[in-house]
Amino acid sequence: MGVSSGGMSALKFIFSVLPKDFTIPIIIVQHVGPRSNNQWIQLLNNTSALGIKEPDEKEKIEKGWVYIAPANYHLLIEKNKTFSFSIEGRVNYARPSIDVLFESAAEAYRHKLIGVVLTGASNDGTKGLRKIVDCGGLAIIQDPTTAESSFMPTSAAKAVNTDFILPLQGITDLLIRLDKGTSKNSI
Amino acid sequence: MNIHDTSNTEALLEDILQIIYQKYGYDFRQYSQAHIRRRVMNRMAMSRLASLSDMKLKVLNDEIFASALLQDLSITVTEMFRDAGFYKSLRENVIPILKTYPFVKVWHAGCSSGEEAYSVAIILQEEGLYDRTTIYATDFNQKVLNKAKEGIFSNELIKEYTLNYQLSGGKEPFSNYYTSDYGHAIMKQSLKRNIVWANHNLVTDSVFAEVHLVLCRNVLIYFDRDLQNKVQQLFFNSLINGGILCLGAKESLRFTDMFSQYTELDKQHRIFKKKY
Repeated sequence: MGVSSGGMSALKFIFSVLPKDFTIPIIIVQHVGPRSNNQWIQLLNNTSALGIKEPDEKEKIEKGWVYIAPANYHLLIEKNKTFSFSIEGRVNYARPSIDVLFESAAEAYRHKLIGVVLTGASNDGTKGLRKIVDCGGLAIIQDPTTAESSFMPTSAAKAVNTDFILPLQGITDLLIRLDKGTSKNSI
Repeated sequence: MNIHDTSNTEALLEDILQIIYQKYGYDFRQYSQAHIRRRVMNRMAMSRLASLSDMKLKVLNDEIFASALLQDLSITVTEMFRDAGFYKSLRENVIPILKTYPFVKVWHAGCSSGEEAYSVAIILQEEGLYDRTTIYATDFNQKVLNKAKEGIFSNELIKEYTLNYQLSGGKEPFSNYYTSDYGHAIMKQSLKRNIVWANHNLVTDSVFAEVHLVLCRNVLIYFDRDLQNKVQQLFFNSLINGGILCLGAKESLRFTDMFSQYTELDKQHRIFKKKY
């Protein structure tokens, strides 16, 4: 999941709605400044049924957990489903960058991946979402007309062909259905 | 894209790393794969190569290209006083311990372009420890080491570093530590004096000195778990009893064999003390 400006309230909504038994692990890049502390994550955790945390380096991705990229590091996913960090230069002016996460996630999960691009003011995430789709994954984009910042989802929608351009409520409904095991073909 | 494409890519990446190891002696085989893949694909795009097979041939036959790839794989971006909280903690928690020794040896492992070494040099100077300290700053990338030795940074970077320095509790005018010259800042000789820059490869080389303090921040994140373990052993063997180990903000000893050999001096800032 990639989020930028307007992300905090979008994430707050999503995690107040997703149920406790939601199993698909969620990995998020929210653009934050390099000196940002993670108090906002703790606040988000308080109103969420799912556990939300910053991952540790080399930690394994587990079902039912939500992981948020730490400030000033890029977050990557290894083929063995563990997390790696990097302090490479900023990508799309961002560190963490959504593209960096999405591109490595696409390599690790291939068609078993859902890429979600939400509100934001840059085009970080567009290339990454494209890669997810190229590797067989599913793309979900927040309807730009409902996003606090429409630039990022608009940019993603131009680059990627997807049936799923939805408002936040639609996105959470869809994710819950996908989790319950509704197969891709029948949507 | 089908499964065959992926495993072919995997195989070619492995081959390329194997060639680099056998032909040039640099061992990237135990690095984080996601990281290596990203860097290699970047190089492929930058050099406009059509495929990894092409790149494999080029690495074999074109030394200049191989050298460029080596730079890509080994260069890291670092800042002076990155993570102000860490440097604050260093001042408050580590310096008092170092002051109890008649002479001090510090090792910056994987020092890259030297920003961290200069940062610690500044703190040592401000705390009156510099004259009895030797700082070993090592990296396996000779090009970046040479750059570190020069200690030249653009004015833009210096601006950011000044802010970082102040956030970490630095009270002096930061300009005390460099001279300005046409859009660049050059670190003063008084800071460079006790820094020994040396070529050392964490993957292949061994202990070279017994030290009181090891800093290795945001270097191990690029290594896989086995290699991290191996390097942590190296650090352990290099530290005196009661010596201090500093890791990066998101790094930990948790998944290594060395975890029980240290106490947490500052858990939040990843500062550890070797047990006696």
